Parts: sequence; C-alpha cells; structure tokens
Amino acid sequence: MSEPIVRFLRVDKSYGKLQVLRGIDLDVAAGEKLVIVGASGSGKTTLLRCLMTLEKIDGGVIEVEGEVLGLPKTADRQAADERRLRRIRGKIGMVFQQFNLFPHMTVLRNVTEAPIHVLGLSKADAEARAVGLLTKVGLEDKVHSYPSQLSGGQQQRVAIARALAMQPKVMLFDEVTSALDPELVGEVLNVIRQLAHEGMTMLIVTHEMGFARSVADRVIFMDRGTVVEAGPPEQLFEAPEHPRTRAFLRAVLER
Amino acid sequence: MIFSWGYVIEIAPLMLHAATTTFVMTILSMAAAATIGLFVAAARASRHRAVASLGWGYVEVLRSVPLLIQIYFLFFVFPEFGLTLDAFVVGVVGLGIYYSTFVAEVYRAGLEAVPRGQREAATALNMGGLRALRSVILPQAIPPMVPPLGNYLIEMFKATPILATIGLHELLGQGEQLAADTFRYAEVFFLIAVVFLGLSYPSSLFIRWLEAHVSLGRQVARAIAEAEATVV
Amino acid sequence: MTDLAVLLPFLLQGAVLTVQVTVLTVPVAALVALLVGLGRLAPSGLIRLLANVYLEVFRGTSVLVQLFVFFFVLPILLGVRWSSMQTAVLALGLNFGAYGSEVVRSAVLAVDRGQREAAVALNMSPLLTLRSVVLPQAFRLMLPPFGNYVIQLAKATSLTSLVQVQELSFNGYVAIHTTFQTTQILTAVAVIYFVIVFPASRAVRWMERRQLRGSLGGLRS
Repeated sequence: MSEPIVRFLRVDKSYGKLQVLRGIDLDVAAGEKLVIVGASGSGKTTLLRCLMTLEKIDGGVIEVEGEVLGLPKTADRQAADERRLRRIRGKIGMVFQQFNLFPHMTVLRNVTEAPIHVLGLSKADAEARAVGLLTKVGLEDKVHSYPSQLSGGQQQRVAIARALAMQPKVMLFDEVTSALDPELVGEVLNVIRQLAHEGMTMLIVTHEMGFARSVADRVIFMDRGTVVEAGPPEQLFEAPEHPRTRAFLRAVLER
Repeated sequence: MIFSWGYVIEIAPLMLHAATTTFVMTILSMAAAATIGLFVAAARASRHRAVASLGWGYVEVLRSVPLLIQIYFLFFVFPEFGLTLDAFVVGVVGLGIYYSTFVAEVYRAGLEAVPRGQREAATALNMGGLRALRSVILPQAIPPMVPPLGNYLIEMFKATPILATIGLHELLGQGEQLAADTFRYAEVFFLIAVVFLGLSYPSSLFIRWLEAHVSLGRQVARAIAEAEATVV
Repeated sequence: MTDLAVLLPFLLQGAVLTVQVTVLTVPVAALVALLVGLGRLAPSGLIRLLANVYLEVFRGTSVLVQLFVFFFVLPILLGVRWSSMQTAVLALGLNFGAYGSEVVRSAVLAVDRGQREAAVALNMSPLLTLRSVVLPQAFRLMLPPFGNYVIQLAKATSLTSLVQVQELSFNGYVAIHTTFQTTQILTAVAVIYFVIVFPASRAVRWMERRQLRGSLGGLRS
C-alpha cells in the first residue's frame, strides 16, 4: 500500500545518438491502472520494454516491489544475477501489438508451455489453469486450434491468457489493439476491462482514448522521452494543463 | 611420425610451382565458364522453344552428373572418337562446362533483378535495344553479379584437385606424388591446406565486402546510366 | 553390347553404395551443422570463434583434399585404421556440416524477433526458448537448403571413389579399365547418376516453391 509496485527512477535510454527516455520518474501503485498516451517516438513503448527487460537502460534504476531490476553493465553476468533477474522478471507479464503467439503450437500449448517449463507445473495443472483462463477470455472452444486459424482479436485474447497463466503481478499492454481490424478491438478491450476490475496492476499503452478514459486510474502523456503531464483521466482529457498535451489531444480527436 | 617443418620448407617451392598450375587453371576455367554461360543463358532465354529446351536440358544433365564423371568423359571417352585432350585442357573444358550452368543462372538472375521500369524508360527515351542494354541494363545488372561469380571462382579453385585423378600436376597431384615416395602425408597435406585456405579465405572475405558495397555500386551504375541516357 | 548387360549389376551395386554413403553422411552433417550453426550464434565469444574457424577451414579447403587428409593423415595421427566408408562418411559429414551450419544460422535468425520477445515476456530461459520456440520454427526454413545440400552430397560421393569406397564412380572406373567399353560404361554411369539426382532435385525445388508460397500466403496478423 505504501511502496509502489513499480518504480522508475531517473531512467534514461538511448538508441545510439537518439535519446528515447530522458530521466523518467514514475511510480506505479499496486492495483493501479496506468495508461500511457503519446505520439509515436515519445518513448511509451520503450518504457514498457525496459520494464519487461527487453531493453537495457542506460541510466537510472527500475525497481519492482522494491528490488532493483538490473542488468549488470559488465559483460559477464554471474549466475546469481541471472537467477535474480529471472525471479523479478517473472512478476511482469506483457502482451504485444503483434500478439507473437507461437505458430507451431496449439492455443492450449501456447498457454501451458511456459507454466510447465518455467514454473514447473505438471501438465495437468497447467492445462487446468490454461482452460480456466481461455474460458475467461471466451475461447474455451478453440483450445486445440492453431493461431493461424484464429482471427486477430482471438489471437490477442489467447496472448492475454498466455501472459496471465504465469500469474504476474504487473501486466503490460503495448498497443494491443493497434494491429486489429476495428470490429475486433472491442472483444479485446472487454477482456482487459474485466482484468482491470479484478485488481491487476496494469501499464497500458494505447491509442484508444475512450477505453483509456474508462479504465484508467491515472493517465500520463509522454512526449519526446519525458512525462509531460500526469493525472486522473477526467483531468487530463477534459482540462489538460500543458500546451503539448492539448496539442496532442486535439490532433488525436481530429482523426 | 613427427611433423618435420624442415620438410615443409623443402617441398614448398615444388608445391608452390604446382599451385601456379592450379591458379592458372582456375582463371582459364572461369573464363571458359563465363563465356559458355553466356550462350547457355541466351539459349534458355530464347523465345524458340527448341533452343530453350536444349538449354534447359544441358543444364539439368550437367547438374545431375558429378563433375568427376564429366571429367572422365572428356578424358576417357573423347579419345574413342578421335579427340585426345591432355589433362590441362580437360580441366579447363571440364570445369568450364560444369560451371557454365551456374554462371548462366547468375546472368539470368542479374538481368531479372533490373527493374522492368528501366527497360520501359529506355524505350520511352527512344533507345535502341543495344544502346539500352549498354547504357541502362548492363550497368545495373553487372555489379550484383560480381559477388556470386566471385564465389564460383573460389569454388572452381577448390574443385581443381579433382584433376589430380587424371594426372594433372596441380597441387594435389604434386602432393600425392611426393607423399607416395616419402610417406610424409602430414606435411604435404598441411601445405596443401595452407595454400587453399590462404587463397580462398581472404578471397571470400573480399567477396563478402563486395556484397556489402554492391548496393552502392548499383546506385553508381544507375547514376552513370542516367547520365549517359541524356546524351542520346 | 552384351558386356554392358553383364556390367550393369556391377554398376548398380556401386549405385547402392552411393546411396548408402549419402544416407549415412546426412545425420553426421546435420549434427555438425546444428552444433556449428548454433555455436556461431552463441553468447560466448570463444565458442563463436571456434565455430567460425571450423567453418572457414572446412569451407576454404577442397572437399577432396579433406577426404585425402582423413584417409591418409588420420590413421597416422590417431593410430587407428578406419574403413574407407567410415573415413568418407566422417570427412563428408564434417565438410557438409560446415556448409549446413550457415543454413542453420540463417534459419534461426530468420525466426521473427517477436517470438523471442514473447518468450522473454513469459520468462523462458534462453535454452527453453531455443528448444521450444525458435528451433521448431527454424527447422521448416532449413529443409529446402538442406535438401539442396543432400543432392550435392550425393554427387560428392563420387569423390569417395578416390579413397577406395566402392561406389558407382569407383566401379565405373574399374569397369572401364578392365573391359575398355569406355563410352558405354561411362554413359551408363552418367545415366544412373541422373536417375538418382534429377528426381531428387525436382523434389527439392518443389519444396522450395511450396515454402515460398506458404510463407507469403499464410501470413496472418
């Protein structure tokens, strides 16, 4: 309750000469739904990817439940650091814009593979958990299908179930509806809404402003690698303070 | 059996002399393959069905029979029909014919890679077929062909030892002879390996460098083509 | 003319060995290709170096030279005398394995980056990612190039005749030098090779076309 579950402290990240994150300071409370909006290149996706350890940060510190999520700068990582990293990483789950389902596995196996081999669940337990989650996202009749046989919306829902099967403490959603045909967006957003109700801590990057307003506890607007403005959704969307925020919202709403 | 460096140095001159045979053979074979390949490519691209089929058949047969057998054909069968060729000529002709099929494919792919729009632009500029070929098509088609042709050159170089079986005094043949007398196989093959590696490895590095810079070459070639086209 | 009828079984016997050598070499080459190919992608700089050195040495020297080295030098070095067949399979396996490693490496790299990222997000270890996610998908990409190499291998077996393996080229050579029916025998040998190689290469080309179609047609987001 007192300590944030995720903490970014003066986090910097550059790709070569391009600085993508500049001194980000951000606290996320347990159970909070944080929505991140901004133009492309603002660094919002990079923020998520750094938390998911898909990228290394160049400066500052990321903490998860008080522990530093660090990839040691030295080339040779010790076994202990590696184990520690994996333990902390296990608390974070992520759903991608391109779903990234494993095409050579059935839906069921997509969801059970990591629980079996990473968490050590028995096949029976993993399958039971998987079926439960797939039922929750409305795909219990597709357990033996292959990803190529599913629509985009269905694939994304499987991806969500797959991430949830690892029982993370924090879920990251990186523009998860941007690659979907418009009529399939709603089914995915509903699943996320339901998850939000159940108290999961979430960081959501999205372009869906209506959805953002309805699900967010707090919205932050990022531009050129910094958090320009943050606040509850009513405030940010109705009465944004910063001129850049206003410009962005105007551009988005004019679409 | 201890490895004698002294022996290596002792036979080095003889081996290097044999290596020059290998080297010359490679160059000449490539010239042969490049030339024959032109005809093969032309035949396969021909609009006459008979000619195209002939080209196709030539390639399929030559690619399905091992090089060794083709060399045997030239060396053992041709004399029966009155044409006795010495080992060196058999090498050049044999390698040239075998690799002409691959070279023809490089020619075909290189030409095909030139965007069709280029041909159309040349026509729109009222260029005749030959001028279009010279100024527009070939300058763009040739640079990308160089790396694959370079690779085949290296492959031909590595294929030359086959000719030792028909008695050619190239690297392997010379080495075998020495080793048969002295039984110092280790030193002989060490030298052979060094020569091969010493020539093929830097060459393949060079070709890889070329591949990386070919796109630049294409831009240059395109610029030349455009400049020349306006002078028409 | 009748000589050929008598010699044909002899030649076909050789053809059987040609196929045998090919079939025996494939698993050796595949194993080497996998080890060296993955080695070239290893995080450890030392392993990558070793794998690359292996590749350059076996690619940069002629396969015939390698056959001879294994045939003549190996017994001296190791003090063991292997059969021609074993030597040939080993030498060819190591050589084609080197070429195969490039196929393995390209195929693994060709697997979509998002797959690896999904595996990280699921907290999978690098080994598990390789085993469960990357290799199964890379495998399908490896098949046509591997198919091409198998065909080249079948032709390369002719070189093993020079180290006393009694396959088709060896028997053909023997037949020529004992009966002097050169033209007929060599033609027969060429035809037999054609019959073995041509259908196989058509099959590989069909595989290549099918995969090209699949990857373009089956792309769903």
